[in-house]
Amino acid sequence: MKAHLAILPILAPFVAAVLLLALRDLPMATRRWIATLSVLAQIAIAIALLQAVAGGEILVYRLGDWPAPWSIVLVADRLAAWLMLATTLLALFAVIHAGAGADRQGRHFHVLFQMQLFGIAIAFLTGDLFNLFVAFEILLIASYGLLLHGGGAARVRSGLHYVVLNLVGSTLFLFAAGLIYASLGTLNMADIARQAATVAPENLGLARAGGLLLFAVFGLKAALLPLFFWLPGAYANTAAPVAALFAIMTKVGAYALLRSDTLLFGPESGALAGLYEAWRLPLALATLAVGMVGALAAPSLRQLAAWLVIASVGLLLTAFSADTAGIAAGLYYLPHGTFAAALLFLMAEALKRRRPASADFFTPERDMPRHALWGGLFFFAAVAAAGLPPLSGFLAKFMILRASAGGPGIVWVAILLAALFGTIALARAGSALFFSTRTVEPPPPGAPVLLVDQHPGEAADPPSGPRELAAIFGLVGLILTLTVAAGPAVEFAEAISRQLAAPELYIHAVLEGSRP
Amino acid sequence: MEALIALSIGVLTGCGVYLLLRARSFPVVLGLTLLSYAVNLFLFATGRLVIGLPPVIVGGGAAGSLANPLPQALVLTAIVIGFAMTAFVIMLALRARAELGNDHVDGTR
Repeated sequence: MKAHLAILPILAPFVAAVLLLALRDLPMATRRWIATLSVLAQIAIAIALLQAVAGGEILVYRLGDWPAPWSIVLVADRLAAWLMLATTLLALFAVIHAGAGADRQGRHFHVLFQMQLFGIAIAFLTGDLFNLFVAFEILLIASYGLLLHGGGAARVRSGLHYVVLNLVGSTLFLFAAGLIYASLGTLNMADIARQAATVAPENLGLARAGGLLLFAVFGLKAALLPLFFWLPGAYANTAAPVAALFAIMTKVGAYALLRSDTLLFGPESGALAGLYEAWRLPLALATLAVGMVGALAAPSLRQLAAWLVIASVGLLLTAFSADTAGIAAGLYYLPHGTFAAALLFLMAEALKRRRPASADFFTPERDMPRHALWGGLFFFAAVAAAGLPPLSGFLAKFMILRASAGGPGIVWVAILLAALFGTIALARAGSALFFSTRTVEPPPPGAPVLLVDQHPGEAADPPSGPRELAAIFGLVGLILTLTVAAGPAVEFAEAISRQLAAPELYIHAVLEGSRP
Repeated sequence: MEALIALSIGVLTGCGVYLLLRARSFPVVLGLTLLSYAVNLFLFATGRLVIGLPPVIVGGGAAGSLANPLPQALVLTAIVIGFAMTAFVIMLALRARAELGNDHVDGTR
């Protein structure tokens, strides 16, 4: 079992996707159960993987049992397992929320959702640069489908931008992979790290160009300044559970940056070591600042959440720019930032349904039913997203500040100012959404939402409230767990960063690990 | 031959970037296609350009210089993925034309 553990996180969503495609004529309720059970199985696999690698072992899975530099390998280390767990936990609540009606607005929602998880799992686990390209393509084409799910002019317009930009990004990725292969003669990530140490002087320029092109590609995925313009429109216009799942997508870019920073161009890569150092911190700080300015200017809660995703990537990469302690702090912040962003997207959808005249825009609206519950939940989400005490966001931010104390002083200024701006933006949002009420005529009923994926004769869904609340409370519970279990979580994050600081372990496991 | 290949890749990339920056979605799709042609040629050249060498399997086992087979596998993968993506983006551009009433990439004239 343990021998195949590294490939199970990839196989589970793929099997579920194929199954859901084959069984597309089943009633929606059954398909929802299959999708949810699949995600639950993926969580169990992710926990098993985490336990297997917690002791420091690096699981290497050779596809086709070819020896390492010649074949594609899957590599599960602590970092990959940690991110898999965060992804699958997020996916569980996204898929529960999708059951509140979003999955009926177009065809094949659950198939695309599982394919998205499939692509993300490959991206986290692969040990091959070209395979990483394929993983990006899989998760992108699934994300195109999910982003446009349900249709509508706004979705199609921002979807076109997203698709075209990402296709350009894919082309750049191919150029980068080609340059790396041309200069180093390998695409296996461990082997690249080894070859980089002895790169011939006439190939050094090619290798550097390839490495920096990779930085641009991963920066586009992570929505790093100046490559973030696709994000606010795309995330703010898509369906809520999709936006919630997409909160992890920018983290895939951040993961790829961290992996190439610590492995491909790590301390042992000779002339290529520290290739990203000059770019990483300034761009991360600028992204943080621009994200917060965008959040201040956002006219609706979904836009605000999308801008906060950008700011959170900035904070994450600021943390990754510090030393080992900074990487640990960032890795503790990563799940928190993802869950908090997802929670804000789900809250925006919930408020949109309960404010018929002005949706989630910051304009006065009549008092909503159960305002204490929704106001309380929004307060929790805002405290989590702004990184205020007592939740895990504050702990993470404190750790990031402590880790960057020795660095340039601008880091502290930027992080603290960003926290202030974030708090102001969220406070403005909360007071506009909940405090400024006025009597408004209920708008005339618009066109009913078109339910595409409903068979004739199938009963209508029960009221969507319980699923919506279950998903929101689930994310609240995750953030609370991350806060209460901060001790073990931080210890594990520190263990990850220690493993990342010793890339020779990874290289040795891949290239010289025991043959089965 | 190096100059010819380099020139072809350069011209394709240049035209692709120019078309990508147009305001209507049809030239943008064409630009993406040209870019993917450029990158396919480029990947093919990453194994270094050689003439008259055998592929990886040599009859009689006379192992010497070989044409590098890996870039060919990479190009095949890239062609297939690029083809699928082009088909998708064409459908999306048509959908945008129908939903937004014009084919400007921003949806407004």
